[in-house]
Amino acid sequence: MKKEKKAADGALTAKKGKLTDTSLLLIITVAVFFVMYIGAMVFLQKGFLKPQTFFNILNANAALIITACGMSLVMITGGIDISVGGVVALVSMCCAVYLDFMGGNVFVSIIIALAIGLAFGAVQGFLVAYLDIQPFIVSLAGMFFARGMTTIVHTAPFNVENEAFVALKGTRITVPGMGTVNKLGKYVNAYVEIGVIVALLIVVLLFCMLRWTRAGRNFYAVGGNRQSALMLGINVKKTRFFAHLLCGILAGIGGYVYFLHVGSGSASHASGMEMNAIASSIIGGTLLTGGVGNIFGTFVGVLSLSTIQNIVSSIGLDQAWWTGITVAAMLCIFLVIQSVLLARKK
Amino acid sequence: MADKKKTMGSGVTAIFRKQIFIPIAALLLLAVFNLIMDPSFFEISFGYNSAGHPVLTGNLMTILDYGSEVAILAIGMTLVTAASGGQDISVGAVVAIAGSVILRVLVGLGGDGTLQAPIIVGFLAACGAAMLCGAFNGVLVAVFKIQPMVATLILYTAGRSIAAWINNNELPSVTDETFTYFGGFIPGIPVPTPFFIAVVCIVIALLVLKFTNLGLYTQAVGINAESSRLNGLNPTFIKWLTFVILGLCVAVVGLIKTSRLSTINYSVIAKDIEMDAILAVALGGNVLSGGKFNIMASILGAYVIQFLTTTLYKFQVSSDALPAYKAVVVIVLVVISAPAVKEKIAAWGKKVKAQKGDA
Repeated sequence: MKKEKKAADGALTAKKGKLTDTSLLLIITVAVFFVMYIGAMVFLQKGFLKPQTFFNILNANAALIITACGMSLVMITGGIDISVGGVVALVSMCCAVYLDFMGGNVFVSIIIALAIGLAFGAVQGFLVAYLDIQPFIVSLAGMFFARGMTTIVHTAPFNVENEAFVALKGTRITVPGMGTVNKLGKYVNAYVEIGVIVALLIVVLLFCMLRWTRAGRNFYAVGGNRQSALMLGINVKKTRFFAHLLCGILAGIGGYVYFLHVGSGSASHASGMEMNAIASSIIGGTLLTGGVGNIFGTFVGVLSLSTIQNIVSSIGLDQAWWTGITVAAMLCIFLVIQSVLLARKK
Repeated sequence: MADKKKTMGSGVTAIFRKQIFIPIAALLLLAVFNLIMDPSFFEISFGYNSAGHPVLTGNLMTILDYGSEVAILAIGMTLVTAASGGQDISVGAVVAIAGSVILRVLVGLGGDGTLQAPIIVGFLAACGAAMLCGAFNGVLVAVFKIQPMVATLILYTAGRSIAAWINNNELPSVTDETFTYFGGFIPGIPVPTPFFIAVVCIVIALLVLKFTNLGLYTQAVGINAESSRLNGLNPTFIKWLTFVILGLCVAVVGLIKTSRLSTINYSVIAKDIEMDAILAVALGGNVLSGGKFNIMASILGAYVIQFLTTTLYKFQVSSDALPAYKAVVVIVLVVISAPAVKEKIAAWGKKVKAQKGDA
C-alpha cells in the first residue's frame, strides 16, 4: 500500500501531487459525512430516515453555514476571525431591540444587520491588512467588544413580537417530493426556512467567486505565499482587507439569518459559534496556514458537525456539555490530520 | 551643540523606550484620573469580616486582591507569548477544570462538605490536571505546529464542559474554614492572601529566570525557532515547557478562585480572564508576536488592568459590559505598538524636528 503510494507520488508531477493532497482533505470530509449519516440511518433510524431531519439540520445551521463561509474566506488568505459569534449576537440583539421597542420595519432591520457586519469587517480588516496586526488579537478584541456591546444594548433576553417579522420568520418553503406520511396517515410536506435559501445562494456565489474570478484567485495567492503574491503584482493589503470585510458582512447576514431562526435577542446567543465556524472550515479542508480551502468543503463541514451533534443528542447524551466536547474533539482530530499531511508534504 | 542636543534627545527617548514605562504611565494616568474624579477611590478602611478577622477594605485592596490572580496568570502567559508568538486563550476554561478537580478531591460527589483529603492533595491534583491541559496545548502547538490560539480554542470551548463533567454537573461546596483562607484572609493578617500567593509565585519565577537559562532560551526560540535549533536548543521542548508552566500558574488561580466561593460555577468562574491576562502581557509592552519579554512589566500590567476594571465598576459599568471597554483598550494598545504606526509616528517626529531645526 505504502509502496504503491510512493510510486504514484513519484509518477505525478509536483503540482499534481499537491492537488491530490488538498482534495484528499475534501474527500475525507465528504466520506466522513456520508459514513456518519448513513450510519445514523442504519443504527439509530428514528428521525434520521426522514428527509425532514436533514432539512431541520439545514434550518438550524443556515446561519452557521454563512458565517463559516466568511471564516473560510479569511482563513484562505491566512487570517482568522473569531469575532463572528459576537457579531451574530450583537446583530440579533440590535435588530430585536429595533423591531420590538422602536416598532421598526423589517427592511430597515436587515440594513442594520448588514451595517453592523460591514463596520466590524471594515475596522478589523483595516487593522489586520494595513496596520499588520495579528488577526487573532484584533478579532479577539472584536469578539469581546461585540459581546460587551450586546449587553450594553439590552441585558435581558426577550422574544420579538413584531408582526411583519413573525410572518417572515414563519415562512416555510416546501421541498417537493420529500414529504413523509405521519402517524395519522396525513402527508406532511418537507420544508426549509428562508435562511437556508440565503445560505445556499451564498455558498454557490462564493464558490463561483473563488473559482472563477480574479479576486477569488487572489485570495489563494495571498494565503499561499504573501511574498510571491506581492511579486506577482497582487495588492496583498487590499486582498486581505477585502477578505475581512466580506467575512464581516457575511457575519452580519448570518446574524440576521440566526435572528430569523430564533426570533429573539439575547446576550448569550451564538455562544461558541466562532468555534463551530472555525471547526467547520477546518473539517471542510481549509488549511489554517492559508492558501488552501473550498467553500463546498466548508458546507459539508457544517453538515458533518451538526450531524454529529444530532447523533450525540439522539443517543441520549443530551447534557449540553457533550456538544462542546464532541466539537472540540472533532476539531482536534482534523487539526492533527492537517498538520500531519502538511509535515508529510515537506 | 548638535551633539549635546542629540544625547539629550536620546536620554528622553531612552526613558520612553524602557519597557516598564508603558504600564507605569498607564497606572499614573488611571490614578490621576481617579484622583480628579473622586479622591475617595483611594480610601482604605479597617474593619472586621463576617468571620471576625481584621481586614482592610477599599478599592486599592480589591485591586491588590483580584489583580494578583491576573498577575499569576501573566507570568505564564508572558512565557507562552515569548516562546510561541501566540497566546493561550484556554486559561479561563482550565481554571474551571482545576477548580473542579480541587473540589472533587476535597469533598467528592454527594459529600456533606467536610474535607475528605488535605487541601494540599487537592491542590496537587489540580496542578496535575492543569499541567496536563497545558501539556495538551503544548503538544498541539509545539509538535503539530498549530497556531497557539487555534490550538487552545479547543480547550476554550470544551474546558468548561469537562469541568462540569468532572463533578458530574454537581456543585460541591466546602464547609471547612481553612479552605477560605487562600482566596480571603488568614486570621490576623488584614491583607488579602492572594497577594501573598502572587508574591511567592513572582519570587519563584524571578529566581527561576535568574538561575536557569529558561528566559534566554525562551527569547531565543521566540525570536527565531530555526536558528535556535541550529544552536543546539530544542524549540519544541521549550515551547511545550512554557505551556506546562502556564498550566501550573492556572492551577494556583484555580485554587484562589474556588477558595473565594468555597464552591464553583462552571460557566462563570474565571470568565474572560484570558482577556485580562493577554491584556496584561500587551500592556507590559511585550511583543505579542514573540521574542523579548519582561515578566515584571507584565505583572505590573496585570495590576493596572485590575485598576482599570475597578475604576469601570466604580462608574457603574456592569460586569457583562466590561469586555467592550477592555477590547477598546486592547485595540488602542496594539495600534500604538504596531510597526506601521510606529514608523508613521517616527517619520512625523523627524519632520517636526527638521522644521524646528530650520527655524
